[in-house]
Order: sequence, then C-alpha cells, then structure tokens
Amino acid sequence: MKQLFNFIKKEFHHIFRDYRSMLVLLGLPIVQLLIFGFAITNETKNTNIAILDNAKDETTQQIISKFENSDYFDIEITLKSNDEIEKEFKSGKIKLAVVFQEDFQNELFHSNKAQIQLIADATDPNQATTLVNYASAIIQDYQTDLNSENKLPYQIKTELRMLYNPELKGAYTSVPGVMGMILLLISTMMTSISIVREKELGTMEILLVSPMKPYLVILSKVIPYFVISLINVTTILLLSVHILGMPIQGSTILLIAITIIYIFCALSLGILISTITDSQLAAMLISLLGLMLPVVMLSGYVFPVANMPIILQVISNIVPAKWYIIMVKSVMIKGLGISGIWKEAIILLGMTIFFIIISIKRFKIRLA
Amino acid sequence: MQKEIVIKTDKLTKRFSDFVAVNEITFEVYQGEIFGFLGANGAGKTTAMKMLIGISKPTSGKAAIAGYDIDKNTEEIKKSIGYMSQKFSLYEDLTVKENITLFGGIYGLNDSDIKIKSEALIQKLGLQNEADKLVASLPLGWKQKLAFSIAIFHSPKIVFLDEPTGGVDPITRRQFWDMIYEAAHNGITVFVTTHYMDEAEYCDRVSIMVDGVIEALDSPSQLKQNYNAQSMDEVFLMLARGAKRGD
Amino acid sequence: MRTLLFLLRKEFLQIFRDKLIIRMIFIMPVMQLLILPNAANFEMKNILLSIVDHDHSEYSKKLIDKITASGYFKLVNSSQSYDEALKQIEQDKADLIIEIPANFEVDIIKENQSNLMISANAINGQTAGLAISYSNSIIREFNSLIRTDWIVQPRLNPLPTIEITSSNWFNPKMNYKFFIVPGVLGLLVTLVGFILTALNIVKEKESGTIEQLNVTPIKKYQFILGKLIPFWVIGMFVMTIGFVVSFIFYGIFPEGSFIVGYLFAGVYLIAILGFGLLTSTFAETQQQAMFIAYFFMMIFVLLGGLFSPIENMPDWAKVLTYINPVSYLIEVMRMLVLKGSSFWDLRFHFLIVLGFAIFFNSLAIFKYKKTV
Repeated sequence: MKQLFNFIKKEFHHIFRDYRSMLVLLGLPIVQLLIFGFAITNETKNTNIAILDNAKDETTQQIISKFENSDYFDIEITLKSNDEIEKEFKSGKIKLAVVFQEDFQNELFHSNKAQIQLIADATDPNQATTLVNYASAIIQDYQTDLNSENKLPYQIKTELRMLYNPELKGAYTSVPGVMGMILLLISTMMTSISIVREKELGTMEILLVSPMKPYLVILSKVIPYFVISLINVTTILLLSVHILGMPIQGSTILLIAITIIYIFCALSLGILISTITDSQLAAMLISLLGLMLPVVMLSGYVFPVANMPIILQVISNIVPAKWYIIMVKSVMIKGLGISGIWKEAIILLGMTIFFIIISIKRFKIRLA
Repeated sequence: MQKEIVIKTDKLTKRFSDFVAVNEITFEVYQGEIFGFLGANGAGKTTAMKMLIGISKPTSGKAAIAGYDIDKNTEEIKKSIGYMSQKFSLYEDLTVKENITLFGGIYGLNDSDIKIKSEALIQKLGLQNEADKLVASLPLGWKQKLAFSIAIFHSPKIVFLDEPTGGVDPITRRQFWDMIYEAAHNGITVFVTTHYMDEAEYCDRVSIMVDGVIEALDSPSQLKQNYNAQSMDEVFLMLARGAKRGD
Repeated sequence: MRTLLFLLRKEFLQIFRDKLIIRMIFIMPVMQLLILPNAANFEMKNILLSIVDHDHSEYSKKLIDKITASGYFKLVNSSQSYDEALKQIEQDKADLIIEIPANFEVDIIKENQSNLMISANAINGQTAGLAISYSNSIIREFNSLIRTDWIVQPRLNPLPTIEITSSNWFNPKMNYKFFIVPGVLGLLVTLVGFILTALNIVKEKESGTIEQLNVTPIKKYQFILGKLIPFWVIGMFVMTIGFVVSFIFYGIFPEGSFIVGYLFAGVYLIAILGFGLLTSTFAETQQQAMFIAYFFMMIFVLLGGLFSPIENMPDWAKVLTYINPVSYLIEVMRMLVLKGSSFWDLRFHFLIVLGFAIFFNSLAIFKYKKTV
C-alpha cells in the first residue's frame, strides 16, 4: 500500500512539474465552456442588412423604421439599384437585402397587394432561414398593426413552449459536451501517454521486475488522472451552474455517479491504447485525432447525430462520450432519474469491461 | 617558439539567479593541444563549454576563441570551431552520407570538396556498406565516430567535445581517442570534457573543475606529482571530495 | 543562400521519410473533408415529431398531412395525451410536439382563431429554433390556404396584404455542405501549417540537433526560412488536395479565381507558420507543443465562424474574431468559393492577414535566439 502511495505521489509530481500541459488541461475546459456558453449562440443580433426602397413613400419608411428599431438587424447600407445588391453580398458586408417594389404604398392600398422581396445570402443556409424568418415576422407585425381594426379572420396562432431550456441558452447543449470531451482528454489521453512514457524511458521494465504487482503499477498511473478528472468536472459544474446559469434538475449524486462510471470507461480506454503503442507521440496522436475528433463530431456535442448519414450514426455508437452526454443531459437538464439512464449506464459499463479484458489479454501476450 | 593561444578566458562567469554555475574561470589553451576539461557531474563543465562555443551568454568576464571575442564575434567563432554534443546529435532519420553532406554544406564547403572528402571519410571509417543507411540503424560506437568526424569535417581550428565517450565499450573508446590524436596531430586543437579519469591521462593538459571553479590545471604527470597520486583518479578524488555540488 | 538549400534538402528528406507526416498530409485532409461536412449538418431533415390530436377533424388531418409531407419532419408518434408525447421527448424519441386542441376546426371557422401548442426540446437551442421556424412557416402556409378557401371574392377582402417573397442567393439549394466545406478547407490548411511546424521544431529541440545547428555558422533567418518553406509548400499542396476532394465528392467548384485563392492561402500560410514557430519557442516537449497547438486551434476554429456565424456572437467575441487569422481565412474561402468574390472585395482581408504574417514571424524571429 505504501508503495502504491509513493508511486502515486511521483506521478502527481511529474504532472504538476509540466506546468504548460497542466495549464492547458485545466484551462481548456474553462475556455471552451466560455466560448460555447457565450459566443456560439444562434441568436441573431445586429446582422447587417441592406434596404432597397424603390418606392420611398411613407409606408415603406414606416416599415424600414421597424427594421431599424429591431435588435436583430443593423441597416448597413441603403441601396440605390438592383445591380448593387450582388456587389454588396460579394463584399460580405450584408447578409440580407430587403427590396420594396415601386409604388409600394399605392399598390398596397389600392390593389391590396404589394410586394417585398427578401434576398438572403444563403452561404450559411441556416442563417439565411433565420434571417428571412425574422424579417418576415417584422413585416407581418406591421401588417397586423395595419389591420388591427379589421381582425384577420381564420387565424391559427401558435403558442410556443421551449422545454428544458426556455431561454435557449447555448450552455445547455455545450456543457455536457465539454464535460464528455475534457474527461476523455484527461482520463484517456493523459493516462495512455503516462503509461507509454514509462515504456519509452525503460522504467516500465524496472517496475514490472519489482515486487509490486503489475495491476498496482497501472493503478498508480491511473489514480492521479482520476483525481484530476474529478477536479475538472467539479470546476466545470461550478462554472456552469454559477456563471452559465445551468440548472441541475436531477440528483447531483446521480450525476456524480454517472460521471465516475464514464471516467472509469475513459481510463480503461487509455490503458487499452497504451498497450497498443510504444511511442508517446503515437499515443498522443491516436488519442487526439483518433478520439477527440470523432468525439467532437459524432457524439452529438456540436452536431445533432440524427442528421448524419447512417454510417456515421453507427460509428457514433462506439464513442463512449456519446452515451455519457446523453446521460448528463437526461439528469442535469431533464431531471430524469435512474430509470431514464440505466440503458446508457450499462452500455458504458459494458465498454469498460470490454476494454479492460482486451488490455489484460494484450498485456499477458507481451509478457509471454 | 611561442605557441598560439586558441582559447583564452578571463574570469568567465555564468550565473542563474543566485546560483553561480561557473565562477570566474581563467585559463588558456594552446594550438594543437588536447585539453581535458574535467570535473564531476554538476561541476559546471558543460555550462562553461556552452559559453565557449557561443550558445550561452556569459554573465560576466571575457573569453576569446581563435582570437575572436565570444561576446562580439560569436558568428566568426562558429566558422572556426567544430562541436560534438553529448547526444552525438546527428540526424537519426538521415543517412550517413546525407548527414555528412548537410554539415559540409552548412560550413561552406563547395560541392566537389564535399564529395571528395565524404568519400574519403566513409572509407576511413569503414562505413561503405552503411553510407546510405539511416544513422538510427548504426550501433552507438559508429555513431560516435561519425559524429566526431563530421565535427572536424570542415577542418576547424578547435573542436569541442562534450562527454564524447559515454556508454561506449573500452575498445571503441580507445579507437576514438586514436582519432582524437590524429586530429591533434593535424593541427586541430581538441577541447574535451569528460568524467572518465583514465581518459585524462591521454590529454596534454587537464583542468579540474569543482563547484564552478578551476581547482587545478596542469599536465597529468605534473598533477600526479603535485598531489602525490598514482593516477588521475586519485588526484580527482582528492580535489573533488570536498565538493558541494553533484554526486 | 547555399546554406539554405542544404537545409531545405534536409527538411524535405526528413519529411518524406516520416510516415506520420505523410499520413497527415494525404489521409487527414481526405478524411476530414469526407467526414466533417457529412457530420456537420445543421440541416434539419428528420425532425422527430410527436402529434397530439384532440380534434380529429378534417382540418387537423390536413394540417398533419401537410407537415409530414414537407420532408422536414418524421412522424414518430400520434397520441391523445400530451404526457405520452412528453415521455417521447424524455426518451429522445421525439424532438417536437405539436398539440392540436379540441374544436380546432370549429374554433377557426366560428371564433376566427384557434391556438396550436408547439413544444420543442430546447436543449439545443439552435435546432429547436429551426424546428419551430419550419413548423411556423408550414402552419402559416396552411393558414393562408384556409383563408383563400373561405374568402372567395376580392371585394370581401378589403385588407391590404403585403406579399413576401424570398430568394436565396449563392446557395439556392440551401446545401449546408457548401457552407461547411470551404471552412473545412481553411481548417485543414491551418492544421497542417500550424501543428506540423510547431511539432517539427520542438522535435529538434528534444533530440538536441537544434543545439548542433546553433553552434554552426547558420544565420537565424536561414534556419527559420529552412523551416518555413517546406511546410509552406506542404500547406499549399494540402489545399490543392482539398480542392480536388471537394470537387470530386461534393461537386464544389470555386466561383472565384483560383489565383486569388492560392495567393491568399500563400500569405495566410506564412502567418500561421509564423504562429507555429512562435508556439515552438514556448514548448519544450512535443507533448506540450501538441497541447498548446490544440488549445489554440480549438479557440481559433470555434471563434472562426466555422460552425456558427460570427454575426451572432456577442461583441466581446466579435472583437476576438478580429484578431483571429482563421476567421479571415474561413470567410475568404467561403466568399471565394460560393460568391466568386474578387481580389478587390477581399483587399482588406489580404492586408490584415499580411499584417499577421509580418507580426507573427517578426515575433518568432525575435524570440528564437541561438544563444541562451
């Protein structure tokens, strides 16, 4: 036991001495949280648009001032002709052009029909859709005001209910993802690098020859990263709750429990990787490119999995992070209990056992 | 005949915060000498050498290499010296020939010179079969000899060797020192650091550094006489026993 | 100058012997380009819909048909109780619930108004917002259809109506891939330039060969050029592979001029290589270099507008994008490939990236000292 302690202490020393890596390990999740929490929103605000008013009458002015007053849009340019539209799009100055037809007011009140054309830069199709929607809403608002004395008949009104995340905070979908990713980074990558480093330095052989059992050697490598992972998760949770305003609807204990299960899974994956490679660089690259990228892309962290081609969806099932993220969302945001997450938990446990069995097998092969 | 002084230091010092690694060392090395720069691990030998070869700036004091000031004319010095680091720094992922060509070119030899000299070198080292193999595949002793040969490829005035014989068997070490003798015979001054005391016997003169200071400087035979010792080992033990740094 | 040639020869020999790098140069771009745009799909296709229909009228059925026919939604459940539908959402089997109240049809006709309830799983605010947008526009269409059913003569409709038409330029099929692929191209070029350079120099530090070089008469600028040039060439090469792959797999062919594209990439690469150089002066081991590189890459890419528009970011984040070279590259790639923007349109981007190039490289040269 004492031996184990000493080894664990040595490992901690090594970790903390490398302050640059430490900085990144602890700073990365915080930075990611902040970026995802605050910067990557899909709320449209102050988007630059252009107006082409071919009528220049009182009505168009009223509609234009509605646009001016809207938080969503910033009127960057007032165009003079149709030809200018393309130019402004190409220069990237505007994302939407609002074009009023000639004689707008006349047409509207005498022929009862007047046209406004919305031209969107569909480079980002979703942004285009959103902008068109908002612009349409503003125009329709005006129309409703206009017709307020005569109520529009046969109205279907929609009431919206945003479940779980009424304020549409970006953090809700990003925090579970950041947790999944950072735990993978620390528990899997760092563990595998640490074990491989001993192999590279040749000290692994010394440890194996010593009276300390092999599994204790591995344990001594794994425990420090377990601890650091827990610290990181706690930091992330505290940040999320107090700065990003995320709730923990379900039981915190359950949340910690599923996190521990995931950490075990990630650690065992790290051990497995260390049995595959002999060079630190390879371990690092496998973890980063082989794990991190798929995790970010396929776990549902940034992109919804449902939209992906089937192959990718299937592959995403073997990414442990995916299941963890589902569980975190279920417990933290939806407030579900064990009944809601037991399936995912079992999958993760299964993966852990699988990883460990293969690691043991590989380990025995090398010794034999 | 007054021998040319190729290395001259005057109270050369290197300080890291409040730790003085090299403490006002003053000495001279003559042209064609094999000068042994000895000391225990941690005594300051490598730090001192790094200053002499121009990759570390002295905190105070002066030094001149081949007549050039190490503060002001660092780049001139580099043209006149060769260096073999502790790690034998050759490019492991380049072949023997490619390494030779690279350093030949860097030191300004023209193409035909490089060709002729490298063929001669490969012959001399007996590396004909390995010329196109990656350096990584060579055994340690051959890497060592190759590194030395490349260090003197451009016929520098002085060659600096930092612990060049680490981890090599005694026969190879002996062969290596034969190469050093040959270089000195051809007029190249050899400045070598080592902690193998038996190698000290091969040098013309040695200095012994303890805790950043040169405690003794003379020929091996003179030192043995002064300290009433049978071997350089004994001389060293006497001087280094009181050392506070290193092992 | 001759020294430089020797250095370049060494670098290229080393690069082509390094299996890892070769894989990165060839396989990684292809993989990234194949996987990322397919994964990075914010296109809403199979929004899982759960309907709660309390009315069972002709109108409610018509509405449901219209929604499911739109192609955006997939009907997974139809039930009588909101609670049942909610369970679907809890289990992630549904994304959206549309609840049609009892007397829906009757209320529209007699009371002139009826309310639909749309409930969305808003954990991912963006997808929820889009799902609701789509639902709303379908419902609006349905609403106008009803009105024209009932209002036959223009005289009975004295109400002025503003007709809104919309058109989408540069990407009329609203193909999200067109948005992502140029961005990924930019990402690739950045990855190669940045990470490979930083790792390479740190590797020399670790093996001690950098010390060997420092003792030789090599000048600082020769050493740095010797490192920059090979990776610059590789970066341009990777970009070419990227263009080819984009064309073969996505049919994307730049609207704008290739020359402008390569010119910009060339300047951009110099900037990003300089940054890689700078990074290498801060790291002592390859692991550290990797971490630092990954850290910055993450930030640059996220804030670079690859996945979400810069316009939407809060002001403080927008400021950060101004000093983020990657955001300029991504924007230029998109503008060039999709809109065919010209050099003149992009002149400011050019200038700024040139500024970055000068800044990073000067800093790196300053920091890289042959002496300690």
